[in-house]
Amino acid sequence: MSNKKLALGDYGVARGAYEAGVKSASAYPGTPSTEITEFISRYPEIASEWSVNEKVALEVAAGASVGGARAIAAMKHVGLNVAADPLFTLSYTGVGGGLVIAVADDPGMFSSQNEQDTRFYGRSAHVPVLEPADTQECKDFTIFAFELSEKYDTPVILRLTTRVAHSQSFLVEGPRLERNEKPYVKDVPKYVMMPGFAKGRHVAVERRMAKLGGDANGFDINREEIRGDALGVICSGAVYRYVREALPDASVYKLGMVYPLPMRELKEFAGKVKELLVCEELEPFIEEQLKAAGIACKGKELFSRQGELSVGLIKRALDQSLPVPHSETGLPQRPPVLCPGCPHRSVFHILKKLKLTVFGDIGCYTLGALPPLEAMDTTLCMGASIGMAAGFEKARGRDAARKSVAVIGDSTFIHSGITGLVNAVYNGLNTTIIIMDNATTGMTGHQNHPATGTRIDGSPANVLKIEEVARACGAARVTVVNAYELAAVERALVSELEQDGVSVIVTRAPCVLLEKKTAKHRVDNRLCRYCRLCLKFGCPAIRTDERGGIEGAPTAAIDEGLCTGCGVCAEFCKFKAIGRRD
Amino acid sequence: MDIFIAGVGGQGTLFASKILGKYAAETGLDCTLSEVHGMAQRGGSVVTHVRIAEKVFSPVISEGAADVLLAFERLEAMRYAHMLKKEGLIVVNAERIDPMTVTIGAAKYPESCVDTLRKYSREVYELPAAKISAEAGGSKTVNTVMVGYMAAKLRLDLEKLKTAVAAVAPHKFAGDNLKSLLAGYEAGNK
Repeated sequence: MSNKKLALGDYGVARGAYEAGVKSASAYPGTPSTEITEFISRYPEIASEWSVNEKVALEVAAGASVGGARAIAAMKHVGLNVAADPLFTLSYTGVGGGLVIAVADDPGMFSSQNEQDTRFYGRSAHVPVLEPADTQECKDFTIFAFELSEKYDTPVILRLTTRVAHSQSFLVEGPRLERNEKPYVKDVPKYVMMPGFAKGRHVAVERRMAKLGGDANGFDINREEIRGDALGVICSGAVYRYVREALPDASVYKLGMVYPLPMRELKEFAGKVKELLVCEELEPFIEEQLKAAGIACKGKELFSRQGELSVGLIKRALDQSLPVPHSETGLPQRPPVLCPGCPHRSVFHILKKLKLTVFGDIGCYTLGALPPLEAMDTTLCMGASIGMAAGFEKARGRDAARKSVAVIGDSTFIHSGITGLVNAVYNGLNTTIIIMDNATTGMTGHQNHPATGTRIDGSPANVLKIEEVARACGAARVTVVNAYELAAVERALVSELEQDGVSVIVTRAPCVLLEKKTAKHRVDNRLCRYCRLCLKFGCPAIRTDERGGIEGAPTAAIDEGLCTGCGVCAEFCKFKAIGRRD
Repeated sequence: MDIFIAGVGGQGTLFASKILGKYAAETGLDCTLSEVHGMAQRGGSVVTHVRIAEKVFSPVISEGAADVLLAFERLEAMRYAHMLKKEGLIVVNAERIDPMTVTIGAAKYPESCVDTLRKYSREVYELPAAKISAEAGGSKTVNTVMVGYMAAKLRLDLEKLKTAVAAVAPHKFAGDNLKSLLAGYEAGNK
């Protein structure tokens, strides 16, 4: 019992990296993958870092691998899009020390902008993809992935989903493999990918994948469980756990490696059962390969490509007479909101007031799109706000640029907004860019980045000055304002929107969760007229007190437990009814 | 045993599930916890699935299968009442947190929480967890009070639960949390 530990799937990956003797870990935070690298950073034996983005994270891993060390890069599914460029050619060069890319998909989109399926990257880049089902497998498969990487000279993708990454189950820990780095050997035909050499490597890639596809039939992580011949199910990852509970009598082929498939064993399995079913979340990735190989099976005609699977969905797919449990209807929704005292809120308040078209980006501030702020028109991907604002001006002209802005956070700006800024300046556009600088990577749980001046372990680093970067990129004007000062934010915006050239406004105030303020505000019930302006500000600390007034009339009220004392509501209350408690 | 925990982001539902996970480890049973991190945590509706058994497969509790609905807020109890099996146990914190949709007047907060819950079970217990927590001396131990109250109703092993709380709580707050656990447990035994 004592050596068993209840832990997240992300922890299992981190522990696996540690036990596999990994020396380098690099990542950009992204739910649900963030904790992998946070856990790894607790091992002093591993040089871990928050990289500026996923592309750099994978390049750092590639360099460490060439240098002979085992290296891991971690990211969420959309992060792999950013890292796709190095991935596809890394497949050609292969590795020195083992290289594993842990990628977390998010079926059901708990915290993502799309539901893409990472398994296709494996097939497209000719890279094997492993898929663990629980925390113990997260550890075991990570270790196996490093062995596979070195044996077959290939990067390996370890694919997680939210339910694996963010579920806790037991794992048993083991010691770290003490491993000497391989010697560095200069090998130009292997590592310099220009046409003459890459042609040779492409041949090696095809040979490798053919060999892997054959060998996969003997891998322990691919497992047949025969329970009867009526129904056979092919599945992997968290879905295996749903299948075992929903269909306890079914025979199961559990795939630990979802690409390349152990086709010979799958054919044999298909021959042992009367009916064959493929249970997989998102795309029919396994199903289509089986059908292409001439194996008859059912799959997506029974299941959606959207969202997660569940025990109930699997049971009901096979027995449509089962009732669908209904939840209570007509209940108020409770979408996530910006925190009480969040410095982003005041900026969105002004954007709404000025009725601007707002090109948004990825972060907590994406919540500015929801009522009551409703001050965002688009969100596409990390860094897209600036490029899109520029394109909007091309479509709708100079006047449209006077009524539109790009809004991007500090970490996102450094991740991939700088290139958009350089581009807008270079191409002579008139974009106004608001960089909401809250001195952290907020949404993913407060990771450091180059502008915070601290590294993953808290050690001091060079401080990247965002306003200096903006100036160096050629922004015509750079203004810094306190995000909480409504009048200053409005003044800066109104002025910059009129100016020619690219303007950058840095609205600055640290994330309210980093620095709890002690001052609190309250509503004077003698002055409050219940105009509801403050309620429309969308602060969770402000609510209605049905009988707050002197004669039992409703007033606004401020929850002392939630208020952070930012004081923005006091700035715009027309009746001066809001003031500090002390 | 399947315990479905529902609440509002920031209420400390994750901590409650951690206590139960540690408790499972103490009893030697298998256990899974399934959590939500990231965007949904920002004041949104959050749930955690706690499953404890000889062997657990799915980390997610099926609709209509939870033995217990442990709700930290009344509206969230109603939202997830269908997760409960017939005549399961409902423990709900008597707290109302208006969602933004209600604050801005786009929706009305439902009045009939306990009545609605009684459609699902006769075993509905509403407790003033914040009050019990404050009386026990802890300021932010609503979650431990809730766990203690539920533990009394389920007759969980109190000694093992105390060990779990002591192991999971940050050292500074271990005392407050233990007191709150006992206060919740006593309230649940009344």
